[in-house]
Amino acid sequence: MLLEINDLHVYYKSYWYILKVLNGVWLRVDKGERVGIIGESGSGKTTLLKSILKILPQNGIIPRGEIRYDGKNILKLGDNELTKIRRKEIGIIFQDPMAALNPVFTIREQLYDIIKHKMMIEGHNPSSRELHEQAVKILNDVRLPDPERVLESYPFQLSGGMRQRVMIAMALISAEKLLLADEPTTNLDVTIQDQILKLIHKLVIEKNLSTILVSHALGMVYQMTDRVFVLYAGDIMEEAGTNELFNHPKHPYTQLLISSTPRLSSVGVGEGIKGKIPDYRNPPPGCRFAPRCPYVMDKCINMKPGKIQVNKDHVVSCHLYD
Amino acid sequence: MSGTTTSEVKFSELEKKIKRENWRRIWFRFKKSKLSVIGLSMILILLFMAVFAEYIAPYPSHAGLYIAFKNAYKPPSLEHILGTDMYGRDVFSRIIFGFRYAFMMIGLVLSIVVPTGVILGLIAGYYRGTFIETVIVRLSDIFISLPPLVLALSIASILEPNIFNSMLAVSLMWWPWYVKLTYSMTVSLRNEPFILAAESQGASTLHILFRELLPNELGTILTKVTLDAGWVILIGAAISFVGLGAQPPTPDLGTMVSEYSKYLPEYWWMSLGPAAGIVLIILAFNLLGDGIRDVFAGE
Amino acid sequence: MTVENVTTSTRLQKILDNYYVRKILLSIVTLFGISILIFTIARVLPGDPARLALGPRAPEDVVEQYRKLLRLDQPIYVQYFYWLLDVFNGRFGLSLVTFRDVLTDIIEFIPATVELIIFTLIIDVIGALSLGVISGRKPNSIIDNAVRIFAYAGIAIPSFVWAIILQLVLANWLDLLPAYGRLSLGIEVNRITGLITVDALLNGNLVAFADAITHLIIPSLSLAIGSIAQEARILRANLIENINKDYILNMYAHGIPNSIIFFKYALKPSMIPTVTIMTLDMASTLGNAFLVELIFNWPGLSRYGITAMLRKDLNAIVGVVLVIGLAYTIASIIIDLLVSYLDPRVRYKR
Repeated sequence: MLLEINDLHVYYKSYWYILKVLNGVWLRVDKGERVGIIGESGSGKTTLLKSILKILPQNGIIPRGEIRYDGKNILKLGDNELTKIRRKEIGIIFQDPMAALNPVFTIREQLYDIIKHKMMIEGHNPSSRELHEQAVKILNDVRLPDPERVLESYPFQLSGGMRQRVMIAMALISAEKLLLADEPTTNLDVTIQDQILKLIHKLVIEKNLSTILVSHALGMVYQMTDRVFVLYAGDIMEEAGTNELFNHPKHPYTQLLISSTPRLSSVGVGEGIKGKIPDYRNPPPGCRFAPRCPYVMDKCINMKPGKIQVNKDHVVSCHLYD
Repeated sequence: MSGTTTSEVKFSELEKKIKRENWRRIWFRFKKSKLSVIGLSMILILLFMAVFAEYIAPYPSHAGLYIAFKNAYKPPSLEHILGTDMYGRDVFSRIIFGFRYAFMMIGLVLSIVVPTGVILGLIAGYYRGTFIETVIVRLSDIFISLPPLVLALSIASILEPNIFNSMLAVSLMWWPWYVKLTYSMTVSLRNEPFILAAESQGASTLHILFRELLPNELGTILTKVTLDAGWVILIGAAISFVGLGAQPPTPDLGTMVSEYSKYLPEYWWMSLGPAAGIVLIILAFNLLGDGIRDVFAGE
Repeated sequence: MTVENVTTSTRLQKILDNYYVRKILLSIVTLFGISILIFTIARVLPGDPARLALGPRAPEDVVEQYRKLLRLDQPIYVQYFYWLLDVFNGRFGLSLVTFRDVLTDIIEFIPATVELIIFTLIIDVIGALSLGVISGRKPNSIIDNAVRIFAYAGIAIPSFVWAIILQLVLANWLDLLPAYGRLSLGIEVNRITGLITVDALLNGNLVAFADAITHLIIPSLSLAIGSIAQEARILRANLIENINKDYILNMYAHGIPNSIIFFKYALKPSMIPTVTIMTLDMASTLGNAFLVELIFNWPGLSRYGITAMLRKDLNAIVGVVLVIGLAYTIASIIIDLLVSYLDPRVRYKR
């Protein structure tokens, strides 16, 4: 087991209130396994990924839970070990590369710092020529034409697809074991989406990386992952092998999610799910999906359902299967 | 307006209800921000003192010309909590009358400057690309390209030094800032669908300027007005301080600081009292302005 | 049209398209506007400028003479035309106070003001940067709250009040620093540039240099405090906002050391709004210098300007205002350059 998350709670404090976003999330990723996380936007997928690297915004707190990576709890790790993991073991692709690249520094400055600190932890202080070679190599790896020009550019001078490739290049520097990808194609044109996905897929296979792919594009998750977790309003609703999950969804939320996606569902058209994600200031005390669930029962309102093993490779968190 | 149907009536009632709720929410947010409530309370207290100065000041007759040399240069005591000045006048009483001039300054300047600037800004923005726009905008640019205090001082210097002329000088300096603000908002609203719709329905220019554009800009203008009130006091006090505004024995705060600063450092309480009065008013309006800005920014 | 003509005209076009060239040309036009404005106000508003200037007791024939001297008996556009003609010949007209050409006066008095403003700017930048960084690094700590209270005080207390307070406390009560003037009695420096600190160094007179610095501290501190407060507050707010941006979290995700993240990747973007606001702060500083020079008996342009204003010395007022306008224009162009150095998005748009 490479990564195992148990009972993870993440809150955001603001001056007026506390947002209780993650509510006891569990997750596991085997070595070499490609895992998908699906769910509507606002379900806490980004928060989950950020907590794995312990890079939550300053108002984010983790009151409870553990994130076990390679046997060690990341939340209790010393600075040195955490830095080592961040520099050369886990990499992350952010959702919006325009927001994740510093607008007032060239790609070169940002890329050099990342490469340099990774090499430094390997006990090697690189010369600027080495840095340049490495940077060009990594940009070639993500099929960026004219790497020299890209290095001299500021993020706003690149196209959306190019920015995302730079983002992937940065993530790959650090991701020697695990790659976290947060909706890597949301802000791109459809044709470019496909190219980027193929690129990520190819690189993951080439480097034999474990992956967590977060998306609400179900088709993409279906093609690229071995196992899927369904996240809704900060709770894992269901976990199963990818084929099993898409063909035999058990949780009402998963069923609605899949049937509301036109290309995947065999019946009906995509109409979305009625209602909204609950208010995190004051979330439902029982199952967080209860207010929107078509099969809601009395006990759903006040009691949070446990993990129920429905078959060998399929866990669901729903009172319907008690 | 004769053929109003029931659904229209309902709609306008709904609109009113939404507006009421908006204001209630704004008031709620406002109450939650402690600093702005403190600011508002300070302003109300100072305003009360200014209005009823005759009854609140312990020695109302000391406001203007009054001489009692045997009482001169007294340091702060129970009898004169901020001491007395070189003519034996109670400094505290004079400060209370000073608040009256300060609020007069704010009221007068803003009531000249805001309507003038806003109307010119609306016109310039609405007639974008015409001669009218060029004239108004270029003229404001010239005013704005000088440091405000320098402009106000030089206008004041050319006039007779008295309190009304210093208000006039501040107003002459200030209006272009409201032109700029209103102009830029109007330009960005100019091609919004609701304006174009009103135009295509044949609404008059006056209607579009004051009933369509202005209401949408009022929040920002109001915020600027509160934030500016403190600055009006500051500039006014500066004009008085150099001797280009109100003249002694007018109990104007800036004039008092200027007059009394000649007796520094021995009789320091004389200058520091009215200086503290100026600071209190500026602080009150800054606190309130910050609160109002946060409330509108959160909307 | 020959080929060469085309290239020169496109080259000219290119130069005119340059942001700064356009800005400078526009500023020149604006300065003309300012001169017309002040000129008009001075002569259109009620009251007889000559009578105002010379006082009610001056004999009528002297007033008449002065009116002739200022060409007040002629239409305003004629007056302005002659004044402009003078300006192009390097004359600003006669000053009533010094009975010299205003330009001569300006050249004499401007170094003291330049020195004061530069020293103010140095204190401002050091103060705003350090306070903003300290409080932005540890939001809501004790030191951050102290900075916040200071910021409110800095903004609410006008600089002439600061001047009085600092003079009283630091000079009169604690006797740490001198209360007035640019140099102590008995210390003299040969005038070379007019900036006493620079001249003292050029003369190798370190005693005079130290003395000049001690005289500069209180006046420039009173001028700087308001700007420091304003800028520190903006820097703090931007640091706190930017530190949670994805581009910062991305750097944390790669294990970049905290100090590099804060002082390089968070500070630079946060400085952009802070530097932008400096244009407005510069305007207040130039204005406040008029009062501060008066309080500290500082023999600079602003005090000369105040004297001119109190004496209704029209030529001197127009001259001083024009020079201040020019200085402000130059300052705002420099700040523009700084902003575009910090922000490539602005740089490429221009």
